[in-house]
Amino acid sequence: MSLKLPIYLDNNATTPVDPRVLEAMLPYFTEKFGNASSRNHPFGWVAEEAVDYAREKIAKLIGADPKEIIFTSGATEADNLALKGVFEMYASKGNHIITCTTEHKAVLDTCKHIEKLGGQVTYLPVQADGLVDLVELEKAITDKTILIAIMYGNNEIGVIQPVQEISKIARKHGVLFFSDATQAVGKVPVDVNKDGIDLMAFSAHKMYGPKGVGALYVRRKSPRVKVTAQMDGGGHERGMRSGTMNVPAIVGFGKAAEICQYEMEDEAKRLSTMRNRLEHSLLELEEAYVNGNIEHRLPHVCNISFKYVEGEGLMMGFNKDIAVSSGSACTSASLEPSYVLKALGLGDDLAHSSLRFGLGRFTTDEQIDYTIKAIKNTVLKLREMSPLWEMYKEGIDLNSIEWAHH
Amino acid sequence: MAYSEKVIDHYQNPKNVGTLDKSKTNVGTGLVGAPECGDVMRLQIEVDETSGIIRDAKFKTFGCGSAIASSSLATEWLKGKTVNQAMEIDNMDIVEELNLPPVKIHCSVLAEDAIKAAINDYRLKNGMEVLELDEKKH
Repeated sequence: MSLKLPIYLDNNATTPVDPRVLEAMLPYFTEKFGNASSRNHPFGWVAEEAVDYAREKIAKLIGADPKEIIFTSGATEADNLALKGVFEMYASKGNHIITCTTEHKAVLDTCKHIEKLGGQVTYLPVQADGLVDLVELEKAITDKTILIAIMYGNNEIGVIQPVQEISKIARKHGVLFFSDATQAVGKVPVDVNKDGIDLMAFSAHKMYGPKGVGALYVRRKSPRVKVTAQMDGGGHERGMRSGTMNVPAIVGFGKAAEICQYEMEDEAKRLSTMRNRLEHSLLELEEAYVNGNIEHRLPHVCNISFKYVEGEGLMMGFNKDIAVSSGSACTSASLEPSYVLKALGLGDDLAHSSLRFGLGRFTTDEQIDYTIKAIKNTVLKLREMSPLWEMYKEGIDLNSIEWAHH
Repeated sequence: MAYSEKVIDHYQNPKNVGTLDKSKTNVGTGLVGAPECGDVMRLQIEVDETSGIIRDAKFKTFGCGSAIASSSLATEWLKGKTVNQAMEIDNMDIVEELNLPPVKIHCSVLAEDAIKAAINDYRLKNGMEVLELDEKKH
């Protein structure tokens, strides 16, 4: 089979819709177009039935009850609803939220907004491997703490947080636990009961479903959790999220969840084998380092720094053929490299030299072979061009140089 | 971001990558930028002592494609110019030649800084007064 270019290895950004998902969705755009809230005619009934079926499949994937699934426009909205909704609903209990510095911006920026509304937020640092320190987490809890918001799997480095331990700490102190599991659901087994999660955000387009639909899981018993709606209107989704149901997208989300349920285990094995092969081959290069904990990690992700080569320049060597993501942003608007990598304690130089690989359902061994070759060649070529590499090879300590910061 | 064809060409076929002997009195070296900022340029000139003409120029750059292209282009322009003519190279000439978008203008500024730093190093080595650099673009 001939290799088709470009190769997509940015599945943490988004995934393609699985053809089986698309097929399930199509009738709901045309002949089954009804509004799921139209209770008094067959068009509405058909749509409602489809939504119910999807809700069941999605709930099953995460070990929840269908009634605990609140559909949203995506994970960003679910993050907003969880954080703002809990902050508002539990205002009489307290105003303190604990999160960590490597969270997605949808969580961090929402927390910043909550601070402006009078909330107190603790941003826990992470350890060098990207995991939160459980002792520090417990120490941060006060009598005003209402919520712990720690993500399941990190989008940049793939590190999986110790959610079960975190939930035990949360339970012990009577604090709710919210997890953004956007990168984890459908990739690794997530069970809201085993994991002790009270609220959980996730999204269809990271698991081979369509963009524009996501969900917030909201626990209904022990404890019964409530969030204040952030979108007012017709009282859809048990009053927590008004707005006409995006029926075709929800149907696709349900189908995507159903497929993940059956295929996740084999897929994870296949992807981690390929990911490891990619990683081992790239680590044959001198001065290449994996970022984040490699044991507690999503099976399809790896993040590697190639020292003395700048990430954006590196990507340019192959980005017509291979789609990956870099922790470096070389624009005058944002010279800051990835805040996640910096939170691990990486120097700016290493953070600027990183690439993130996100393998997916449609990644093949041939694609990995091609990628290994292309990236190795480009790293070697750019190092020949890099003054920092030359200095390193001459044994000059780069920290001893007085750089002109501009 | 889509790169211009000229940037891509310089990136794929960089001109004058390499190192000149910095211990020579007729070689000036400029090292600008910082690893933390994501770009470091080293630009070197070798000056013909009798004519004052730059007879060779080399660069090495750690940075994005635009930074590599800016320094590659700078070395091309430097060769054959006198040191005084080289001082006239303006970053906006580089921006224009490479069609750099606004977010990449700092790459051209860095290249201009590197040229001036190399010239100043040469002047210092040869007992000439160090020229004040124009800092307004930073």
